[in-house]
Amino acid sequence: MDFIDYYKILGVDKNASADDIKKAYRKLARKYHPDVNPNDKEAHKKFQQINEANEVLSDPEKRKKYDQYGKDWKHAEEFEKAKQQRQQHQYSGGGGQEFYGDFDSEGFSDFFESMFGGGRTRSRQTKFKGQDYQAELHLTLRQAYTTHQQTLTIDGKNVRITIPAGIENGQKIKLKGYGSPGVNGGPNGDLYITFQIEDETQFKRSGNDLYTTAEIDLYTAVLGGETMVETLSGKLKLKIAAGTQNGAKVRVKAKGFPVYKKEGEFGDLYVTYQVKIPTNLSEKEKELFTELSKLR
Amino acid sequence: MQEENLVAANEFCLHHNIEINFIYSLQEYGLLQVIRREESVFIPENQLTELEKMVRLHYDLNINVEGIDVIRHLLERIEAAQHELNELRNELRIYKTD
Repeated sequence: MDFIDYYKILGVDKNASADDIKKAYRKLARKYHPDVNPNDKEAHKKFQQINEANEVLSDPEKRKKYDQYGKDWKHAEEFEKAKQQRQQHQYSGGGGQEFYGDFDSEGFSDFFESMFGGGRTRSRQTKFKGQDYQAELHLTLRQAYTTHQQTLTIDGKNVRITIPAGIENGQKIKLKGYGSPGVNGGPNGDLYITFQIEDETQFKRSGNDLYTTAEIDLYTAVLGGETMVETLSGKLKLKIAAGTQNGAKVRVKAKGFPVYKKEGEFGDLYVTYQVKIPTNLSEKEKELFTELSKLR
Repeated sequence: MQEENLVAANEFCLHHNIEINFIYSLQEYGLLQVIRREESVFIPENQLTELEKMVRLHYDLNINVEGIDVIRHLLERIEAAQHELNELRNELRIYKTD
């Protein structure tokens, strides 16, 4: 754990007045406040830092202690104890403390804890919302096709969430109050889950529509007929019009992806036909094709 | 709207230790819709999250009501832009070869 320069964090001089510190804090707090920087981890971290710096520098006693021991924070406890012993002739015990990390997710750094103790005694009763958590959840396209439940573990607690069918790749949902605890009785942060949808199917998705290709033989394309097409809800029989061209696209209504949070509503399925030209023709076939070509 | 979906503005102000005038100012600027029943003012439950955010902006950061209005508009625009970006990224995936 390193020394944290609170003056540098607030961008003020060591001789800054209480008013300068207040102004600098207000300015930075406006810039990095979680409410004006939703889903921005860096801004949240920065906000914690400036909060902590303000906690120390706006309190004359804490500031004095910080200025006095500052870089020698590791010895601050010893100095204080020695002073107490001299003044009160009392022995004060106390075990060693382990230091690790810098700013923790709860809000205050280990450096702060070591100098000013674990108590989050704030001079002002300003309430701050806890930090928001960000999580990523990977789903397959088939999973995203149906409404289903999943259990997530957040801070050791299991949270069961329902994922509505039709969720988009990159879509974020908010679980209110599942972030870190608020400061000074402020509200808990929220949990934001970003969905990453991996397409393991033959379908391409665009919004609520699905795109796929279907192979049809030459004779069906020329004469018309039927073909079976895969959809995410099963197989579908499609009629092929006579004279269907290679690359022709048809729209199958309501056979695409479910519309998010609109039960029973679906996008469309677009099927592009690929006409398969016969190869390795027999002599008889060649003969008939030649005959046909002469007719046109 | 059903009664159980409303929160008394007075209680909200007591809980957050704020003045009722702040609620009235937000209403004046069209940032909050309140419901008046007889002599009392109520806040619809679905507006609480947004209202709490505006309380924090005002009381934590000293931002006045006009500033809150500007911030809300900008945040809405950022959110819409992020949504559009996400949609465009998803559309691009169609053209990417496997």
